[in-house]
Amino acid sequence: MLDTTFTTQINLLSSQTIQLCYHCHKCTAGCPVAEDMEFGPDRVLRLVQLGEKERLLASHDIWLCAGCETCGTRCPNEIDIAQVMDALRQIAIAEGVRPAEPYAEKFHKVFMGVVRYMGRMHEASMLGAYKLWSMDLLSDMDSAPVMLLKGKVPLLPHLLKGRGEVRRIFEETSNVKRET
Amino acid sequence: MTDYSYYPGCSLEATAIEFNDSVLAVFEALQVGLHELDDWNCCGASSAHSMSHALSLALPARNLAIAQKAGRDVVMPCAACFNRHKTTDHVMRNDPEQRAGLEKMIGFEFTGTVGVRPLLDVVGNEIGLERIRAMVKRPLTGLKVVGYYGCLLVRPPEITQFENPDNPQLMNRLLETLGADARPWSYATDCCGGGLSLTKSSVAMKLVTRLADRAREAGADAIVTSCPLCQLNLEMRQPKTSPKMPIFYFTELMGLAFGLEKAGGWWSKHLIDPQPLLRQLPV
Repeated sequence: MLDTTFTTQINLLSSQTIQLCYHCHKCTAGCPVAEDMEFGPDRVLRLVQLGEKERLLASHDIWLCAGCETCGTRCPNEIDIAQVMDALRQIAIAEGVRPAEPYAEKFHKVFMGVVRYMGRMHEASMLGAYKLWSMDLLSDMDSAPVMLLKGKVPLLPHLLKGRGEVRRIFEETSNVKRET
Repeated sequence: MTDYSYYPGCSLEATAIEFNDSVLAVFEALQVGLHELDDWNCCGASSAHSMSHALSLALPARNLAIAQKAGRDVVMPCAACFNRHKTTDHVMRNDPEQRAGLEKMIGFEFTGTVGVRPLLDVVGNEIGLERIRAMVKRPLTGLKVVGYYGCLLVRPPEITQFENPDNPQLMNRLLETLGADARPWSYATDCCGGGLSLTKSSVAMKLVTRLADRAREAGADAIVTSCPLCQLNLEMRQPKTSPKMPIFYFTELMGLAFGLEKAGGWWSKHLIDPQPLLRQLPV
């Protein structure tokens, strides 16, 4: 018998009804990154329908989705597939699944770490931390110093007065699950 | 003319500083007041919604509370910030249960009296093209461009409530108003892969190369954007092998056409220098 627990979980987290998908492939036909994916958007939905949780959470596709919303805008059944991709990433991070695209996962974590402590993004801190973690110190070395010289990336962060409030928002949302 | 609240967003304090400078200069010239929201926070952009649904709504909700207190519609130049705030605004208006949770967390009561507006919408539809035409002192005659929206300004349409996501027209009409030769093309809302620019640059480069090639085919010498993430990605990820195409913010071209002296200071901030192209224009 088909285990529908995972489908139900994704429906709740994404506010979508995945069972409505009849695989017309319109999403995949218009997806700008489908050619770099293992499955593509419509087969991701199929795997959710089949309860293939492990395959999905370990897939490249959930990290390659650029969140451009082309699929959801065109879906004849009004499934917002980018929300489904979000839900899959949220579960993968919450359950500590080893990401197929570690750079993408780390980027999100470093980005939100900076926002948590400063209240705003500070690109110099974020890029420094991300580059150190990835040990990819040499890529983009043609543009990064140029941006500093052009005065585009301030070295000192702006600290929010309300950064305590922002930190409380992070703490209070870390345990909230969507109920509807 | 109504004043607006202003949410620049984090990019406009750093990599998109010339976007911020040009927005402020153009609004000053148009005599439309922009009042920066007090102590605004980062909306979480494309990362918060990858990690936590609740967080992706709560961060913008704090800014909506600040904007509501200020009592004016809030203008957002960054497409990603606009999208996140408009998504939260949509939830506040349509989902009483989530709204109650957010109101409790942030400590305010949502009234829905303040609108979340993309900059291009306010410029094109509120200030209006006629008023902009009257400000043009130096028409951009001979400047061949394509208008580029990217994703988050127009999709998902039930949330953004802006232009047709397949064939938007406002940007090209604005560029024509400035005297530029705005070329038709079919890629104005195709994704540039900005969200993958740092983490999967090979994919971003493929998408940027396609956009630059299609813009050239359409006869354009430059792409005009309304999004700081698109602008940076389109500048950084063009292939090194072919001549690079300058990427403007639409407000920069407004400032140039208005004859603002400050415009001269914006070009040096670009990673792809637009000055050789601008020097070719008949003035």
